[in-house]
This record gives sequence, C-alpha cells and structure tokens, in this order.
Amino acid sequence: MSGLRCCASAGCLARGSGALMGALETAISRGQLGDQIQLRPVGCLGPCSQGPLLALDPDGDLYAGVDPQDAETLVAALARRLHQSSDQATPLEWAPARGERLDLRAPFFQRQRRIVLEHCGLIDPTDLEQAIAVGAYGQLERVLQGWSPEQVVTELQRSGLRGRGGAGYPTGLKWATVARMPGARKVVVCNADEGDPGAFMDRAVLEGDPHRVLEGMVIAAYAVGADHGFIYIRAEYELAIERLRLAIEQAVDRGRLGAALFGTGFGFTLELRVGAGAYVCGEETALIASIEGKRGTPRPRPPYPAELGVGGRPTLINNVETFANVAPILREGADWFAAIGTAGSSGTKVFSLTGHVRRGGLVEVPMGTSLATVVLDMGEGSPHGSAVKAVQTGGPSGGCVPADRLDTPLDYESLQALGTIMGSGGMVVLDQSTDMVALAAYFMAFCREESCGKCVPCRAGTVQLHGLLKKILAGQASQADLDQLETLGAMVMDTSLCGLGQSAPKPMLSTLRYFRGDYLARLEAP
Amino acid sequence: MSVRTLRIDGRDVASADGATVLEAARDAGVAIPTLCHLEGLSPVAACRLCLVEIEGSGKLQPACITPVSEGLVVHTATPRLREIRRTVIELLFTEGNHVCAVCVANGHCELQDRAVEVGMDHARLPYRFPDRPVDLSHPRFGLDHNRCILCSRCVRVCDEVEGAHVWDVAWRGEHCRIIAGLDQPWGTVDACTDCGKCVMVCPTGALFHKGDSEGEKHEDPSRLAALQRARHSRQEAP
Repeated sequence: MSGLRCCASAGCLARGSGALMGALETAISRGQLGDQIQLRPVGCLGPCSQGPLLALDPDGDLYAGVDPQDAETLVAALARRLHQSSDQATPLEWAPARGERLDLRAPFFQRQRRIVLEHCGLIDPTDLEQAIAVGAYGQLERVLQGWSPEQVVTELQRSGLRGRGGAGYPTGLKWATVARMPGARKVVVCNADEGDPGAFMDRAVLEGDPHRVLEGMVIAAYAVGADHGFIYIRAEYELAIERLRLAIEQAVDRGRLGAALFGTGFGFTLELRVGAGAYVCGEETALIASIEGKRGTPRPRPPYPAELGVGGRPTLINNVETFANVAPILREGADWFAAIGTAGSSGTKVFSLTGHVRRGGLVEVPMGTSLATVVLDMGEGSPHGSAVKAVQTGGPSGGCVPADRLDTPLDYESLQALGTIMGSGGMVVLDQSTDMVALAAYFMAFCREESCGKCVPCRAGTVQLHGLLKKILAGQASQADLDQLETLGAMVMDTSLCGLGQSAPKPMLSTLRYFRGDYLARLEAP
Repeated sequence: MSVRTLRIDGRDVASADGATVLEAARDAGVAIPTLCHLEGLSPVAACRLCLVEIEGSGKLQPACITPVSEGLVVHTATPRLREIRRTVIELLFTEGNHVCAVCVANGHCELQDRAVEVGMDHARLPYRFPDRPVDLSHPRFGLDHNRCILCSRCVRVCDEVEGAHVWDVAWRGEHCRIIAGLDQPWGTVDACTDCGKCVMVCPTGALFHKGDSEGEKHEDPSRLAALQRARHSRQEAP
C-alpha cells in the first residue's frame, strides 16, 4: 500500500494542486491501482511558496512543484515498486520532470514543533473518520466522562496557554472568569475573522483540521458552562467555510455536537457566522455586534464579553489557534505544555512566513525561538542575494523588528519591548529594497479603510496620518510635518475607542523608531 | 442610595453609586466637554472629548461611561487632555465642511462652542473639503451632510425615544454617512413620524428646520431630558 497526500489548502490549490490531484486520480484509476495507492487531499504541508505540495507514504517524502504531467510516471513508479517488492522501504525510483523532492533535513522542517498542526497535512479534512482515527474528540469524551468543569479550567490555567489572537491574555483565566459568571446560558465564540495582511495561520488550521477546533470549542463550552456557540469567519475564506460547514454537519451526525454528548447531560450546539468583509469585526465587541445582526462596530470595554456578550449573555471568545491547542494540552497534560516554549509564553506558535523570504509558508515553532531562526534558518533569508532589512509582525497592529534585533526570542514580552506585538502570527520579511515609509503608508491606508468610523480619532485621524505619510512619500514634507505625524500618531493611539485605532499608528511609529533615516531622506530641504 | 467619594481635579466629590464620572463632575461644577453624549440617550463614548485621566489606569477613560468608584482620583483638564480635545475638534472641523458664517446653527452650535472652549483658533491640519450632499426631500426638515459630525445622536433618539429607527449609519471609516431608511431620501421614508426629535438633538446645523436662515436654529437638547423625565414620572404614577 502506498499513499499520496496532496495539499488541498487554498495556497496549493491556487498553485495547481487541484489539477495535480485530478491527474493522479486519472493515472491511478487507469492503472486500476485504486486499492493499492491511496490518494488523499490533506491540509497544509508547510512550504506554501513551493506548492503544489505532494507527500508520499510510507516514505514521508515531500515533493514540491510537481506538474500534473508527471502524474503518469509517478503512479507508474509506485506501481513498479508495489509489484517488485513487498518491502515498501525501497526508495522510490522516480524524480519529477519539473519540481523537486524537498530535503526534509532542512531547518524549515527540523526546527518545527507541530502541536496545533500535528494532524494538518496528515488527514483528509473532509473525512471525520480519519480525524477520529488520529484522536479527534477523544479528549472531549475523556473530559465529559470523568472531569469536572473546574478541573478543565485548572488544567488550562496550569498550562500557561495565552490567547493566540494577538493580545496574549491568559486563556485559563478567561475561561475561569466566564465559568464564574452567573447564568446557565453562556456562549462560546471562535474568532476566525483572520484579517491581517500576510496572515493565514487560522485559515490553514480550519482548512486542514477543522475538527480540532470544534473539539476545543466543545471542551471550552463544558468548562465554562455554555450551551451554544458561534464560529465567526470572514467571508473571503470560502474553502475554510465549506470545510467547517461539513465538519459541523459530520460532528452533529456522529454525536460530537448537539444534545446529550457521549451519553452525558451536556449538550452544545454550534452555528457558523460569515462576516461581511470588515476587518474591525475581528475586534471582539464588534464581532459580537455582528453576530447579533447589528452594525459591526466596537463598544467600550468594560463590560467585557465575559460579562456581557452575545445577546447579553456571558461569552467566551477565543481565537482559532487557541482552541486548537486545547485537545493536546488535555491529552498530554498541562506540565508537558508548560515545559514547551518559555516561562511566560508556553507552547508553540504558528506563523505564516511571507514576504522577501526564500522559503515561505506555515511554520509552527516553540515560543522563544528567535526571529533569526525562523527567518534566516527556516526561511533561508531573502532571495536574489538581498539581505533582510526588517521583519514585520502583528500586521496593522504591530511593528517592524530591524535586522540587527533578529536575535529576539518570539514571545509576547520580548516583541512588545521592541514596539511590536506577537499578533496572530503574520510574519512578513522585508529585504533591503523595502521603503519603510511606503510600508507605513500601506498599513495606514489599510487602517484608514478598515476604521469603522465610530470614534473620531480613528475615523479622521487615520486619514490625516495617511495624508501626512503620502506627503512625505511625495517629497513635499518638512520637519514640521514629521513632528505632526508623531504627535497625531500618539494622540490616535491614546484616544481611540478600540484596538484598531489604538494600534493603527504602531507600524508607522515602529518604522520611525528604527528607520528614521528613511523618513528624513524624503523631507524637503529646509 | 449609597454614596461614593472621589476626587476630581483635587476636589473631593460625593456622588451616588452608579453615576458616571461625567455626572459627578458636572454636579461638582467641573465642566468636561462632550459632543456625542446627551442626557436621555444611551452613551456611545465615540467623540472622545470627555476622556479623563484616572490615577492608576494607564489608559484614558471616557467620563461619560466610566462609573464612579470609591477613592477614584480623576484629572479632567491636564495639558495632555487639553491638547487631545483641541485635536479632536480640529479633526472634526477638517473632516467636514463647517462654515459657521453661513450655517443655520451659527451661535447655537455645540461644535462651535467646543471649538471656542478648547481654544481652536485655527486648524493645524489640512482641511479635506469632502464632497457631501444635502437632503431636502423631507417637507419640514433638511439634512446637510457637510455639517454632520457623526455623533449618532439622531440615530439614537429616533431609535430609543421615538421608536421609529429612521436613521442609521452606513458605510465605514471616512465614508460613514447618516442615512434615512434604507439609504433613501428622507422624505420618502414612511417610518419617519415627522416628530423632529433628531433636529432637536443635533449638535450642529446638520439637521435643521427648513426656512431657518443663518444663526436661526435655536434648539435645546435639554428638552429631551425633560421629555424623558415626564415619561418616567407618568410610568411611576399611573
């Protein structure tokens, strides 16, 4: 028996994995090898920039950029090996005409520690049986049959897991707060409104292993005493929506969602809510308003959603990756999880590595791994002989880490000290050709367009800041304009109502901190 | 009724539990500027004029929704806050087309009053001169988007007090605009009861009585509070 796993996530599909799978299927059926070669669509296999990706079992080899025209020779080689020997350890005598076999000893693979993504790329995300075979819903069953809700919360607290959406709030503490709220009808919400430019971690998790997220949500519901939940996902994620819809249906059919789960009195129902294209709806109070059918604008906190959430009920909101960490924590224990990463930031973090980097894609590394390891070793630095100038993390709410600070460990506090944030995991590498003023202007234009318009500093301030940045870009600005940029940026940060406005000036202030020369070079001579 | 004691600008203030810092300050004679806030409507904390410094809190807090608590130490007029308020007003002035000399609300405009209070004698930011329409389709009232500051008082009063919900905000960011009905001409919206409460609470000349000329709009937002009190007392004593 041989197995072919072809990445069917959005990135590889865009790079032609659909055609490759079609060609492989044709070749397999033509050779009547359907019972000997199993072809499976799977989730993200990692180095997205080299897709379409194809993995071979039992060898474990990974091929990149395979052309559909090579399907015939690959299937023929597999058939030959199956025919010749029962020993499947014999190396496959095949090389693609286009594309290559990747060296799995490369740091890109070796430096990873896959916990969230442990089954991503191994199972067919549309097949519940495959998910169950690797343990999906096993921890839910265990918890429901022997644990009290308090035990679950305690275990999460001991694990040190912090919110993976960006802010890094301790997950266990959040769960404990919601659990303590009075009322029987609480709500659990999964924030899948991933919107930072260059970020695609949550999409990959949802496309590759949706049941993992559902299981985390049901366990959370049990722990905090909720009976209903929502997954709020952005409309642009069509494939993830399709797979989630299917996963929810399958889970309901198999009794993993719904009433009286695993023969207990506990039940949990789940609805999918598709956003309408507003970045600000990733902010939790705007997200709640949107779920309620209202205009997606934030409101001041407190009261926090834990107190006053969807429909006025106590609500737990966590990010996709946070929920995806729940099952392995319960399976392996809080101590195991806490031992990974650093003291203040335990576990791993998934990053989407993009930009001026030779090898881009999805990587999961232990917290505390240095930026240099991820960008220079795993990503292999910038292409075309250029050097890395900076790394942007945290999207429009984050900032840039300059090349001389790449030894910084990836944990919440270290990044914050540099004026950026961990964020949800977007990591955009910028090489020497990058104009940092243009970068700042790009992010400001993004925030200007995505501001909900409710509060004055964000609605009108981002427009003025963008105007000043454009003026600098055009070479028409003076030192006075630069001063105004900084003053107004600080004002917008201090006074905006929600996180969007409060962090909108961050990419600009961060580039001013490390690359002031880029700005000064563009000022008019006095 | 329990009482909380707090300190506002160095003055000890006693306030009812459940009151906001804004209410406590106003009771004590400390003026905190506001624009989106209006007694009788739900607070939205959107204009950010009433932000105050609270000792022990790293973030500025909007006085209109921050509840008083025992021992709270509040500063309402630090140089930092004055600068912020002036900038907020400048952002509003440069965002729309506010030409006081030809405005129905000239002399009776809350935006104008706030500008005087914060000492905005000129705008340090460039004016944007947006291209905005005027809706004169209603037989009695008009809406001039050029003068609108998106405080959403009209939206709230129509929804919360009149119960008609004619108004809402459409689009987002700089493209935000007050709309009637489903973005229809105001005069064609059947839900409108012609009550005029939106005109009454509008802080600028954006909503006005047709026929008013420069400086002739004399609206008193305190009538709303009086109406609320009257309704409340009728419910109390049937």
